[in-house]
Amino acid sequence: MTEHLLSAKDLTVRFGGVLAVDNVSFDVNPGEVFTLIGPNGAGKTTVFNLISRIYTPTAGTIFYQGEDLIRHPPHDIAALGIARTFQNIELFEHASVLHNLLIGGHTHRKTGFWSELFFTGKAMQAEIEAREKAERVIDFLDLQHHRDAMVAGLPYGVRKVVELGRALCTEPKLLLLDEPSSGLNVEETDDMAFWIADIKNELGITVLMVEHDMSLVSKVSDRVVAMNQGAVLAMGTPREVQNDPGVIEAYLGSIDDVSSLRRKP
Amino acid sequence: MRFIFKTDYSQDIRLAKHGGHVFWYSLLLLTLAAAPWVIAEYWLAQLTFILIYAIAGLGLMLLAGFTGQFSIGHAAFLGVGAYTQAVFTGMGLPFPFALALAAGIAAAVGVVVGLPALRVKGIYLGIATIAFGFIVEEVFARWESVTGGNSGMHIKAPNMFGWELGSATEFYLLCLVITVAATLGILNLLRSATGRAFVAIRDSEISAQSMGINLAQYKTLSFAISAALAGVAGALYAHKLQFISPDQFNILQSIDLLLMVVIGGLGSVHGAFLGAIFLISMPQVIALSKDHLPTFIGTAPGLQGLVYGVVLIAFVLFEPMGLYGRWLKVRTYLQIFPFYRKGMFKRQKAFQKSDRLR
Repeated sequence: MTEHLLSAKDLTVRFGGVLAVDNVSFDVNPGEVFTLIGPNGAGKTTVFNLISRIYTPTAGTIFYQGEDLIRHPPHDIAALGIARTFQNIELFEHASVLHNLLIGGHTHRKTGFWSELFFTGKAMQAEIEAREKAERVIDFLDLQHHRDAMVAGLPYGVRKVVELGRALCTEPKLLLLDEPSSGLNVEETDDMAFWIADIKNELGITVLMVEHDMSLVSKVSDRVVAMNQGAVLAMGTPREVQNDPGVIEAYLGSIDDVSSLRRKP
Repeated sequence: MRFIFKTDYSQDIRLAKHGGHVFWYSLLLLTLAAAPWVIAEYWLAQLTFILIYAIAGLGLMLLAGFTGQFSIGHAAFLGVGAYTQAVFTGMGLPFPFALALAAGIAAAVGVVVGLPALRVKGIYLGIATIAFGFIVEEVFARWESVTGGNSGMHIKAPNMFGWELGSATEFYLLCLVITVAATLGILNLLRSATGRAFVAIRDSEISAQSMGINLAQYKTLSFAISAALAGVAGALYAHKLQFISPDQFNILQSIDLLLMVVIGGLGSVHGAFLGAIFLISMPQVIALSKDHLPTFIGTAPGLQGLVYGVVLIAFVLFEPMGLYGRWLKVRTYLQIFPFYRKGMFKRQKAFQKSDRLR
């Protein structure tokens, strides 16, 4: 159990009569990029929301470094070292990029309410330290141009990077990326691939991501798990999963399906 | 146009960002400190009310403008502060202790009201706080042994260990000191982790949570600070009027307070002050202009309500960022003179925002 960074076992979620996630088990090893793929509605984001404890599973367990995540409330997850981004970008719109990154450092705050109210020397010191950390992330992701810009006015591609930066500011061990390339153009997707590789190699952060862009997936992931309708279809290297007949069927339909569409002579 | 060359982090954190700030805010403070010797007593009283409302406005601004929790029952906190002050100074407690108690009890009540905020959002929270406002008003009216019921309560001038602040000048300066202290406190919070957590909750609860911000803790904290400031304002209000009764803390007062922060400009500390100036000076302007209006308009009842309503609608339609937003535009226009563009302050519509997790 302990050699895996995160291990999900028999995860099941029901929303009323809908079985969103059905008996999903997987293990994420430290230092790898692990990707969830699958058609829309396969339950990938739901798995993310389970790990970040926005949802509680109907059944099953999630262990992170030997600790039961189910027993933690959602706001504990960041302090445990799990950070995430959102599919549709959930930034703090009416704050600057720098402020967004500083909020990312919230779990590392060192000062209490009273020292902040009077802004003691300690509070000043803590602020400067927090800014230094944020600047390092700005440097890492080349966000210098946008440091003081309001997020609300930024283009989509930049926001995506800011969100990644905000997640990095929590200094995570495990980074959950929900469709890091959605809405990005080819060039931005390439940049994203480089950053994900850098995050893994330079910062030593394990990445768990949901992604549709197969070129990005095969470029950066070590292992891939394919899901369909809440269940795991296949697991393995990107190539193995891509060639799995079940996966091809889930995306393209089976031979029988196609033949049924063919016009009868 | 001013360009600031930043060489270290403390420059960014400091409250006064450049010499202009130091100069203008010092000048403002000096002017305010010298006011009692310059302006007539009537206007000094109005200025005192501006300061008192600005304190309450700061609290509501923190709650509504920075944490995104709307309270339409804020007059109740004002009332809790006022009655606490009246009761304890009546028992002979010195002013500073009574004020601390007023703030503390209001904050405790604020925590209680903050608890539903953990479950309900937006307009539903508004309704819950309205209900709370009615309950508190009713308590003031019915708890006759303490509050004197509908016949109200008298309160003496503030007394600090034998030093009585009887004159209008002394009381004004006391209000000024408290206002400055409250403003500095709020500014300090806003430039540190606590304030950022509030802003995070306002903009996206879901990601605030996944950044490790405990929503329950920070929402109740925001309610507590906001209520404490309203309590302080209430205490000063009671001393200023020297007479309080339940109907001073009814829903109209709550709406006035909310109107103040909305017109001032949600999400800016300046807005609380601009809103307070607006709120106090508007009735004066209406009263002064009554003489110049045709009699059937000038003497019509409800003129003030009509004007307030029209102004609020106009602000929501044309200047959602309030008076402070308007000031920012004017300032930018002057700073970059011929290059101002019309759409500069237009915010991008957040159509990409997901509703999925709400």
